[in-house]
Amino acid sequence: MLTILFDGIAYGMLLFVLAVGLAVTMGLMNFINLAHGAFAMVGGYTTVLLMQRLQVPFLVCLPLAFLVSGLLGAVLERTLYRPMYRRPHLDQVLFSIGLTFMAVAAMDYFMGSSQQIIQLPAYLKGRSEFDTPLGLLGMGHYRLFIIAVCAALTVALQFILARTRFGSRLRAAVDDQRVAAGLGINVNIVFLSTFAVGSGLAGLGGALGTEVLGLDPTFPLKFMIYFLIVVAVGGTSSITGPLLAALLLGIADVAGKYYVPKLGGFIVYSLMIAILIWRPHGLFSRLGGKS
Amino acid sequence: MHKRTLLSAALALAALGASHGALAQADTFKIGLILPMTGQQATTGRQIEAAARLYMAQNGTTVAGKKIELIVKDDTSLPDVTKRLAQELVVNDKVNVLAGMGITPSAMATAPIATQSKTPLVVMAAATSSITQASPYIVRTSFTLPQASVALADWVPKNGIKKVVTLVSDYGPGLDAEKYFKERFIFNGGEVTESLRVPLRNPDFAPFLQKVRDAKPDALFVFVPSGAGAAVMKQFLERGMDKAGIKLIGTGDITDDDQLNDMGDGALGVVTSHHYSAAHPSAMNKAFVEAFEKANKGLRPNFMAVGGYDGMHVIYDALKATKGQGGGDALLAAMKGQLFESPRGKIFIDAQTRDIVQDIYLRKVEKKNGGLYNVEFDVIKDVKDPGKNK
Repeated sequence: MLTILFDGIAYGMLLFVLAVGLAVTMGLMNFINLAHGAFAMVGGYTTVLLMQRLQVPFLVCLPLAFLVSGLLGAVLERTLYRPMYRRPHLDQVLFSIGLTFMAVAAMDYFMGSSQQIIQLPAYLKGRSEFDTPLGLLGMGHYRLFIIAVCAALTVALQFILARTRFGSRLRAAVDDQRVAAGLGINVNIVFLSTFAVGSGLAGLGGALGTEVLGLDPTFPLKFMIYFLIVVAVGGTSSITGPLLAALLLGIADVAGKYYVPKLGGFIVYSLMIAILIWRPHGLFSRLGGKS
Repeated sequence: MHKRTLLSAALALAALGASHGALAQADTFKIGLILPMTGQQATTGRQIEAAARLYMAQNGTTVAGKKIELIVKDDTSLPDVTKRLAQELVVNDKVNVLAGMGITPSAMATAPIATQSKTPLVVMAAATSSITQASPYIVRTSFTLPQASVALADWVPKNGIKKVVTLVSDYGPGLDAEKYFKERFIFNGGEVTESLRVPLRNPDFAPFLQKVRDAKPDALFVFVPSGAGAAVMKQFLERGMDKAGIKLIGTGDITDDDQLNDMGDGALGVVTSHHYSAAHPSAMNKAFVEAFEKANKGLRPNFMAVGGYDGMHVIYDALKATKGQGGGDALLAAMKGQLFESPRGKIFIDAQTRDIVQDIYLRKVEKKNGGLYNVEFDVIKDVKDPGKNK
């Protein structure tokens, strides 16, 4: 029981890192970026290439994956995304899903379509077991590591958005670009860096997820649904919303597959529908926010 | 001006090509090879195409006075695309034989075209038992899942494994593997305590494996498509299930030669049953693996490759037997009952079912020459597809 809970939390945390960047671009920048999974895939493949070809240690790969996909995000924001900001949402959806398909085809061409396998360092393999009054708790070391990384990230993100000057500039730039610009905020730089960080987070999620979720060129399409569920259920106006949504979904998915394997993935979708009927704008929507 | 000369040159060339084609028509024998060359199953396509080209390079491109032409088409694993390509190949290109078929739905979609046009269809990969019943023109050179799993179900109870949980991907081949393994295993006195089905696109195997761990069987029987095999194996080890005394067994898809080396030492000792291993100790296989790796930059041939290689053999032999004269029916007749030596050992195309009869090997992953290989340690001779007994 506890093991299932633990696995669910780890899985949810992973989903959170993968999806939080999307929550930022969608909620704060009001841009629907369905190519988010492609950035995650870039992070994953960066790790795979670094580890397989250059024997870079896994822990070094993680920040590099963040940097590479973040840089790519910055370049694309400057060249492709910026002109799309003012376009209707449908255009943004079509544009970014087109990008996704191009990324899938490109990865297929350059890296081949087979699953990529990485070998974790020994200290992340294996698991520890504890006898608790509630039953046996087995914790995989790698899953513990995921939870630690994600918790640290959440705190950092929340701090940046709520407490720093950059956070307030970002919120200002989002709410009213013209006034923000008039106050001397360089809106372009704010958006550029936000988008880059969002993409970088996706890349980090992809790098962390390679071991658990697997990595092949269809990754962005396979997990797009999960990102979208997290963002839809969690709402896009805060960090805590997607976090709770991701945890809820992770636990529900793992527990559902454990206790009623016949229903498989169905549980996640029914949960999503139920929540969205109850709160159409997500669990934590800001009243008067953009919708 | 420049553009125009280029254009006319291209046109002239095209015309030349066309007339040449028309002249050559009578003397060419066309094989329409439909494979997934891109998308999730692309490794299947690459392996089979490489094997087919290797066969042609080794055995010449002229057989019984006919020049063999291989037309490779990419169906991206979508059955409707497979069907359309097959139609085009039969109607426009007038192919003499259709071949390939990466996945079961593709083979099923193409079956009616083979029947209507009386074109033999050589299935080189797809492994659901019922495929050969979909058309009297289908001949198979790969394997069937019942074949591989029944052999394992015979071996397992003799080796101290009495309680098994099965875990399969929830689609045709997975259900076949589950059903036939279970039936035979229970018949042999074993007990299947639980049968888990995993969605085909499952992101995380953790809950299923945890369930298996809590059920504490003697062994876990797994069938998942080869890409996902590595993920299952890793999480199996991460969960410490080997230390809890649970053995991992399955059909050879989980230790696919194509990926085995990347799986790392955790794969050591996994027992699987299958019809082909790159480490099969025969002179013919040694030569096959060497030539294949040389022609494809170190790519190791897997069970898909051998299906393609033998498929070409079946086609070549049928053409020889009909002296290059026969149409679809004559070719089909010549394909039935072929018995020959393949890199996997002796194989036989059963004349009644048009399905392959072959030895199934039990293998264990071991380290050999610095790489991981499925090393065969036992064999069950001449296994006919158990799905055809009704």
